Amino acid sequence: MQLAAGRAPWFPLPMVIVLVLLLSTPLWVARVGLYQYLALEIMIWMMFALGFNLLLGFTGLPSFGHGAYFGIGAYAFGLLQLKLWPNLWFDLLGAVLVTAVLAGLVGLFISHRRGIYYALLTIAFGQVFWFVANKWHTVTGGEDGLLNIQRLPADFGFVAFPLKSNGALFYFCLAVFALVLVGLWRLVHSPLGRILSAIKQNETRAAFVGYNIWLYKWLAFTLSASVAGLAGALFAMAQQSAYPNVMSLHNSGFVVMMVLVGGGMVSFWGPVIGATFFILARDLLGVYTEAWLLWYGLVFMAMVLFKPEGIAGIWQEWRGRLARRAAAGASGAAALSLIQRGADEAV
Amino acid sequence: MKLFEATGLSKRFGEQVVLEDITLSCDEGELVGIMGPNGAGKTTCFNVLTGRYRPDRGTVRFAGRDITGLAPREIARRGISRSFQIMNLFDDYTALDNVLVATPRVRAQGFNPWRDLGADRGAQEEAAQVLAQVGLAGKERVQARSLSYGERRALEIGVALAARPRMLFLDEPTAGLGAEGTARLAELVASLRRHLTIMIIEHDMKFLFSLADRISVIHWGQVIAQGTPDELRRNEWVARSNLGALA
Repeated sequence: MQLAAGRAPWFPLPMVIVLVLLLSTPLWVARVGLYQYLALEIMIWMMFALGFNLLLGFTGLPSFGHGAYFGIGAYAFGLLQLKLWPNLWFDLLGAVLVTAVLAGLVGLFISHRRGIYYALLTIAFGQVFWFVANKWHTVTGGEDGLLNIQRLPADFGFVAFPLKSNGALFYFCLAVFALVLVGLWRLVHSPLGRILSAIKQNETRAAFVGYNIWLYKWLAFTLSASVAGLAGALFAMAQQSAYPNVMSLHNSGFVVMMVLVGGGMVSFWGPVIGATFFILARDLLGVYTEAWLLWYGLVFMAMVLFKPEGIAGIWQEWRGRLARRAAAGASGAAALSLIQRGADEAV
Repeated sequence: MKLFEATGLSKRFGEQVVLEDITLSCDEGELVGIMGPNGAGKTTCFNVLTGRYRPDRGTVRFAGRDITGLAPREIARRGISRSFQIMNLFDDYTALDNVLVATPRVRAQGFNPWRDLGADRGAQEEAAQVLAQVGLAGKERVQARSLSYGERRALEIGVALAARPRMLFLDEPTAGLGAEGTARLAELVASLRRHLTIMIIEHDMKFLFSLADRISVIHWGQVIAQGTPDELRRNEWVARSNLGALA
C-alpha cells in the first residue's frame, strides 16, 4: 500500500467526512428508511475491519480467524461485568487486555509463518476459541452465551452519562471509534506503520536492513486483535449479550470480505467503505431475500476476479483518470497558447 | 587483525555439498572480489556470510566478534549490508521510502506508533543524500517498480548503503546492465571503497579485475585460487578456464 508522501494531516478529509456523516446520522437515518442501531452496528464493524486491515492490508498477513478476537472481547467484557466489577472503563479496558494477552499468545505460535500456513494457523486457533466458547458452559454459557450484559453508564467521576438508549450508546461508540480511527491513521504513517508495510512488500529485504520480522508480525497481530477485542466489547454492549456466533468462522469471513470489497488492500479507508457496504447490503437485500449472502458472495467473487482493489480502488482509478485528463487538457491548452503566441509574433 | 574473516565454512543441502572448507578474509578498506562459474556456490557463500543460511561448520568473525549463525538482522545491526543478485526492493514504495526505511534513524524508531515519518525532514534529507550518492537524485518520488533496470540496481545498492554499513556485500551488481550502466556502477563502487570495505561477487571480469584488491575464485564450492588481479591473470587454472582472459 503506497502511503502519500510528506506529512500526513491529523484529520484528513475522508476522516472528517466519515465522522461528520456518522455524527449526523440521528438527523437523517430515519428519513432514508434506516434506524439508529444500524449506524451503531456499522461503526463497530468499521472499527473491527480497520483493525483487521492493519494486519491484512498493511502487513500482508492473512488472518482468517480474526472473528475469535472480536468474540473474546465480547465475552471478556461480559464476564468482567457480570463476575468481577460492573464498571464501564474497567470492563472495556479489561476486554482489550484479555484479547491482547490471548492474541499475544497465539501470535507466539504463528508469527514465524506467512502465506497459507499463517492463514491456516489463524483459522485453527479461531476454531479453538469458538469451540471453547461453545462448550465451556459454566463460564461462557455455552450455545446460549452470556445474557443480561448491561449498558453501563460512562462515569467520569464528576458526571455520568447513561448509555441505555441506542442514541446515547451510539455517541459513546462514536467517541471511541474516533479515537481508534485517529490512532490507526497515525500508526500507519509512523515508522512502525512504514516498517509493517515494508515487511508486507519484502520480508527478506526488511530482515537484511536490520528488522526483527517476527517481532513486528507478532506486534501487528496483537494490535490488530486488540482493536477487534475493543470492537467486540462494544458489540456485546450494543447487543447486551455475547454468544458463540460472534467468534465464528462466519464472522471471520465477513471481516475479510468487508476489507477486500471495500478496498483495504489499496486504501486506509477501504474497511470503512467495506463495512458500510456489507451491513447495508445485509439489511437492504435481507428485506427481499434470505439468500442475501449469496448475492453479496457473488459481488465479492466479481470484485476479486475483476477489481481486486475493491471499491476504494475503483475510486482511486477514476480520480487518477480525471487527473490525467485534466493534465492532458492543461498541456494541450499550454501548447495551443504557445502556437497562438508564435502566430501572433509572426504576424 | 582482519575486519572480516570466514574460516573453514561448509554448507550442505541434503546430500549436496555446496560449500567445502571456504576461507575468506578482508582487511578494513579492502575490496575483495569473488568469481567463479555459475553454480559454483558464490551466492550460497554470501548467504552464509550474511546470515541467511547457518553454516554446518566453520566460523565467521566481523570486527573481532564471532557472528557465525546470527540472524540477518543481527548481522545488519553490526554493520554489514548486502545487495542481492535478484533484486530485493520495496516495490510499492518510492525510491526515497526504500532508502528511508533502511536508515538506522528509522530503525531506531521502529516501534514508535506516533511519529509522522513523512514530517521527519532530517530522515528525508539523509535518505535523499544516499539516493544522490548512487545517482538517483531527482528520482525520490518515483515508485521503485517504475524505475528502469539500471536505476533499480542503483537503488538496491542505495538501500544497502542507507543502513550505514562498515562492510558491504554486493552480489553481481552489474547483472543485466549494459556497458554504460556498468561503467557508472564501476565509478560508484570506486567511490564507495574510499570509506567502505567491500566484498563483491561478479561475472564481469573486466569490472572485477579493475576494482578488486584481491580476488578469490570459487568452484565446486571450494576456493581454488586467491590473489591479486595480476596474480590471478597468471594463475594456471584461471587461464585454462578462460576467466582471466575475459579480464
